[in-house]
Parts: sequence; structure tokens; C-alpha cells
Amino acid sequence: MTAMTGNTTGAIEQRTGSGPAQLEICGVTKAFPGCLANDNISFRIEPGEIHALLGENGAGKSTLVKMIYGVMQADSGDLLWEGNPVTIASPHDAREMGIGLVFQHFSLFETMTVLENIALAMNDVRDMAVLRQQVAEVEKTYGLPLDADRHVYTLSVGERQRIEIVRCLLQNPKLLILDEPTSVLTPQEVDKLFETLRRLANEGCAILYISHKLHEVKALCEHATVLRGGKVVATCDPRAETAKSMAEMMIGQKLVAPDRGVRPAPGDARLAVKNLSLVSDQQFGTDLKDISFSVRGGQILGVAGVAGNGQNELFQALAGETEIHGTPDCIILDKQPVADFGPRRRRRLGAAFVPEERNGHGAVPDMSLAENGFLTAFRRMALSARGLIREVPTRIFADSIIKTFDVRTTGNSAEAGSLSGGNLQKFIVGREIMQDPGVLVISQPTWGVDAGAASAIHQALLDLAAKGTAVLVISQDLDEIYAICDQVVVMAAGKMSAARNMADASIDEIGLLMGGLHDLGGETAPELNGGPK
Amino acid sequence: MDWIVPLILTVITASTPLLLSATGELITEKSGVLNLGVEGMMLIGAITGFAVTVSTGSAIIGIIAAAIAGMAIALIFAFLTLTLMANQVATGLALTIFGVGFSALVGSGFVGFAIEPLPSLHIPFISDIPVIGPILFGQDFLVYLSIFMVIASGWFLTKTRAGLILKAVGDSHESAHAIGYNVIGIRYMATLFGGAMSGLAGAYLSLVYTPMWAENMTAGRGWIALALVVFATWRPGRLLAGAYMFGCISVLQLHAQSAGINVPSQFMSMLPYLATVIVLVIISSDQTKIRLNAPACIGKAFRPAQ
Repeated sequence: MTAMTGNTTGAIEQRTGSGPAQLEICGVTKAFPGCLANDNISFRIEPGEIHALLGENGAGKSTLVKMIYGVMQADSGDLLWEGNPVTIASPHDAREMGIGLVFQHFSLFETMTVLENIALAMNDVRDMAVLRQQVAEVEKTYGLPLDADRHVYTLSVGERQRIEIVRCLLQNPKLLILDEPTSVLTPQEVDKLFETLRRLANEGCAILYISHKLHEVKALCEHATVLRGGKVVATCDPRAETAKSMAEMMIGQKLVAPDRGVRPAPGDARLAVKNLSLVSDQQFGTDLKDISFSVRGGQILGVAGVAGNGQNELFQALAGETEIHGTPDCIILDKQPVADFGPRRRRRLGAAFVPEERNGHGAVPDMSLAENGFLTAFRRMALSARGLIREVPTRIFADSIIKTFDVRTTGNSAEAGSLSGGNLQKFIVGREIMQDPGVLVISQPTWGVDAGAASAIHQALLDLAAKGTAVLVISQDLDEIYAICDQVVVMAAGKMSAARNMADASIDEIGLLMGGLHDLGGETAPELNGGPK
Repeated sequence: MDWIVPLILTVITASTPLLLSATGELITEKSGVLNLGVEGMMLIGAITGFAVTVSTGSAIIGIIAAAIAGMAIALIFAFLTLTLMANQVATGLALTIFGVGFSALVGSGFVGFAIEPLPSLHIPFISDIPVIGPILFGQDFLVYLSIFMVIASGWFLTKTRAGLILKAVGDSHESAHAIGYNVIGIRYMATLFGGAMSGLAGAYLSLVYTPMWAENMTAGRGWIALALVVFATWRPGRLLAGAYMFGCISVLQLHAQSAGINVPSQFMSMLPYLATVIVLVIISSDQTKIRLNAPACIGKAFRPAQ
């Protein structure tokens, strides 16, 4: 494979050819009760190499990462660090050796400030003032703007991820592991991140890159190891593969492109928003400014934008979590003004909502799937009678979601929190779609979801639109918007652009709309514009 | 105006046990552990302090023994809830019930004994300054210790790395574990600290407040201490103010009765608890404060992945 890289990457060949690997994984096996998470996994990462680790949810990527980072220990097998066998007993040890990890499910503390969060993950105790300065330097060098004094709970997903990345960069790592790092960034930000990563690699830092965005893997990585069912099933050079061929290695079968199906002619506007302005009640929220758009039956409208530009506020206003009194007709659902209705009345009119946060917002983690199904569907699916839960239909409803959407679980009595992210997302999306809504508002439908599950969710949304439902997809993932939407609007700093047909919207233009306001005035990122209120 | 100094002195004595046990509970809760057994730990501390003082004749040894006894019983709580992962609320309630019964059993032999109260500080001349002297320089060392501990806790939580880690564990045990902190170990320490402070608070009651032993002599102070922590929105500065405010209310209530104010005495003795309820309602209405200061993982069992 190295032969294909030709002479231009002679430096890499030299690195791979001589000396020990930065990290070599030799026959690592880890079993959990009832599941062999890692089965005899071996591969090596050279210094300065950007190595992709691919696999569906449940393929064993997270388990492997946890063992490299010392969160858990392997049952058997060895880790060789710079050629020497090592035992990584704790994350502290891992950081000491020079391993940095950007977590997929962020390891942040909500009620603490950005700076405190960074300090907590540093081994060497430093003066807070010195640390603040170092953070500012890293921010500037790598173009990762952060307000050190903000509390994490006020930050968007994208900003939270920046903390994780800065936190790692501060430790001058020799091996940097990134778990799904780009799912929340604009195309320009992704380019910036890649620039950062390439620079780190050139400085000799090995990078283990976990992502389901295969064209990014193709653009960035030199080697890829593909896991399926806890085993290494393939290794490849992503530059010589196509995204489709790698996806097929991951899922072990042919990948079917989403089928747009036959759409009825767009009907009347089923969801219309007119001059919606809303002052955020969150301390660091984004105010919505004069937002207008409409989604017609049989149409999928995408809302693109970087996290923290008002998408959460928009979702809450549409779902009825924020009721707007005084101007009831700024949100119209099937010709009915609903802006002052709560979520249940809107659902009664045929709307359905899937929030961004799966655990805790979309589902109650400690409750069973059957119970979670009941919570939003009891009225439309008639799961309740005279105030009592109709046990059998509730279970049948949950089972039908599990079956239709291929949710991998032990059954309808499994706790929602026990499911992997992708599977829970399939369940929640399925729960709403099975209710046959007239309008579906869905936020980040495939965030942190693997390729197989994502394509299933995309197909389900397309099928729903084909049935005449108006679908609004709020997503930071432009690929997703391009794959399924008919029209797109972009949100930046609480404002919304006019709708464009997908066919007329170039990715650069969308990226500029997303980031254009974002870069105005240097350090005032749009999410900061709301300011303290 | 002769009554002012004695009044302030009684307020201080009434507030000190609340402050001691609430400071301990604040640290415990900040680590994410909800120990509802404060009342029980205080009673165990009270009887241990009293019994050891009677047996050895030394109040200092009695106070140390009370702190150790508080820690010992907190250790039982920690083992049940952190190692065996029993429900914290149920275990805490059980701990209180156990403390009431066990202290009564041990204490049955000590009813009616009298001891010398803990000596107060006396600095010649300075302590004799009118008004300020007896209030600022004429207290026993537990009063100074209680003030010192609450200030030290505030400093610990905001200025030290260990304090930051403690808060991190209480905020998100999953994240803290992922970064590599020993969640269970840190919670053990915080719980033991809470036990020691409650033990001291109990000893203060039986050695200073009323130098004698009576069954169930804490009379609900452990519960007020718990409420105080919420009242203070987990902030030591407010805890100090709150403890003294509650001390004031409970003393005023006694003075109002003796001054013959024509209000049913039951109503007056209800006052501290009524104030607790009202204050809690007011505090809870400010979600931002609660969100910023309340440990998010409070009361949740932590089960590390294998």
C-alpha cells in the first residue's frame, strides 16, 4: 500500500520503515458478560501517521479506545508503546505517556467553567493564570475560539468539542485519539481541524481518527483499520478506496443509497413560521430574530448551521417547549396558529418532534423502551385507556418500532439508557415516524450514529416525506442535508437565510453562510453575540 | 441593654452545631453523596463525646472520640452506598433511625451525669472588653473551629485543585472517571469528613450547649443542617449566614416565650422549620443558582465500567 503513495510521501515511508511503532496493539481481547467486545485485535500506529479506525456502533471501537486510554484493562494481549510493552493503568498514566483523547460523549462538567474543565484534565498542576494564557495561545494557534470563563452548560455541542480538543493539544500529545470529532463542525472548521491534525502529524504526533464520515477519512488518513463485531476485518489505504467501499467493509454488506422514492406534488404549507422573534431565556442563549420559512407536505427542509446559532431555541419554539404568547400565528401548523400551545397540544394536531439530545430529552434513560414509546405515542397510538396504560398494545408498539427500524436490543423491556447511541436514535426516530405525523421536526437525526443506522434513518425520513409529511431537519451535517433535503435554509446568529433549492446551493456557499457571520468581527463568534442577559 | 450580650452568646451556641454538621454535609454533597443520616451521626457523636468525657474526665478526648465515632458511622454509610451501591436516601434514613436507637441504648447509663462544660477562651483584658470581648474572644474552641472550617471549606472548593476535583466528581461521575479520577475513593473521603463534622456537632450539643445527655437531644438539628445546605445553594459563605440566621430564629423563639409574647408556644417552636420551608421554596425558584451550584450527580450510585 505504501507503494501507491509514491515519492511525495517518502518521509512517511521512512518513518514507517524504521524504528518502533508509536503504539502497537497485539492481540488485544476484551470480553464483557455476553459479548466479546474486542477479539484478538492487532494493528500499529507509526509516529506521524494519521490512522483511521472504522466500524459501526458496537464494533468495539470505544472499548479499544478505553483500553488505550487506561479507562479499562484488556483481558489478554499487549500494548507496545514505542516498542516497549506497557500497562496503562489509568487515564492519568495514559496522559503521562503522551496519549490524548477527544471523547465522543464529552467528558465535561456542566456547572464548571471552560478553564476549570481544562484544568481538571491536566496532569501537571499549573497556575490558573498561566493555564489561561496557554489556552489562549492554543486557541489562537489552532483557531479554536473559546471563552475560558463560560460555564459548559451554556455551550453548544460544537463549542464543547473545542474544549476537548484544546484540552488535549495543551498536553503536547504523542498520540492523539479523536472519536467522531467533526460531527459538529462547519466544512470550513473541518478544514481547519484537518490542517491542525496534519500539522500535528508533521510534528511527529500519531493520530488515531475514529469517524463515520468516510470521505473525511479518505481526505485525511493514510491507513485504516476496519472493525466489525470486535474483530479486525480489513485494513486499507483510504486514499485508494471510495467512501462506499469502506462503508461496505464496515457493515459487511452492500450499501444501498437512500431512495428518494416517488414524491407527491408538494402540497400546502403544513408548517409555517412567520416573523418569529424570541428572546432566549438562557443566560448565554441565542435570540431568534425575525425567522420565517414554511415546509410543505411531501417536502424535506434542512436547517444548516453551526451549533449554538439558535437551532436549539428554534427547536424549542417549534416543539412548544417554549410557548410564545401574544402572537399565536407566528407558528402555524396545518392552518392552525399554535405558537401559544404546549408540546402535547401540538402533538395532538399531528406534529412530532425528535430533539438533539437522545438521553434525557428524547428518551428517559432509566425507563424501558416500551415505556419510552408510550410517553409520546399514548394518544395517537391509543396506548392508554381511562388513565391506565394498556400494557399489551404498548409492548406491541415498542416491538413494532424495534422490528421496523432494526433496533438492536434485548427487547422492549430494555432500559433506553442501555442502548448504544445509534440504536436509541433509531428507536426514537421510529417512535415518532410510526405515529404517522403530519409534521416532523427532527434535530441532528444522525449525530454520532454509524453509517448503517444513519442510512436507515435517512431512508425512513424520505419515506415519510413521500407519504405527504412535512419534514424539518435541523442538522449540522451538510452531507446529511445534501443527501435527503429538497430545500435548505442556514441559521447564523439567530437569523435565517432564505430557502434555496438543494440543486442551486453549492457547499461553499452554504459553508460561507454558516460561517460568514461567524467570522465577522474577529473573536465575536455568533454564539457569544447573545451575551450575558 | 444588658440582655444583648447574653442573647448573642446564646445565638452563637445555637448556631455552632448547625454550622459544624452543615459544613460537613456540604462537602459530602458536593462530591455527589446525599447522606440523610446527619441526625443519626450527630446523636452518635453526642453520646460518644459525653460518655468518653465522663469516663476520662477530658473533654478534648471526648470531642476527638465524637469525631471518630461520626466517621465510623459514616464509614458504614459509605460502605453500604458506595461499595455495595445501596440506595443513598434509604440508607441515610436508616442511619438516622439507627443513630437514634443506638445512642439511646448506650446513653441509658449516662442519663443524669453532670460534667464541666468545655472551657471558654479567656485572654486577659481583651476578653474583658465590654460587649466585643465576650462575643469575639470568649468562646470555646469549637465555635472558632466551626467558623474556621466553613471558611476553609469555601477556600478548598474554590481555590484548590483537590476542591475542583471533588466538585467534578459530584458534577459528573462518568466524566470524572473517564478522565481518570477515583470517584469512589473521593466520595469515601468526603463522606467521612461529613461524619466527623456531624460527630463534632453532636459533641458540641452534649458538652457545651447542654452539658448533659438526653435521649434524642439533637431534636431535629440534623435535618435543619441538611436543609441549610440547600438553603445555601451549596455555598459555604451562605451556609455561615444561614446557620446563624437559623440559630437566631431558634433563640428568638425561646426569648419570645420567656418574654411572654402572646403566641402559642407550639407556633414559636415551629418557626425554625417553617422558615426552612419558606426559604427552600424561595431558593428553589431560582433555577440558575441551583443549576450552577447543585452537584448534578447527587444521590446517584456510581458503577464504574469493568
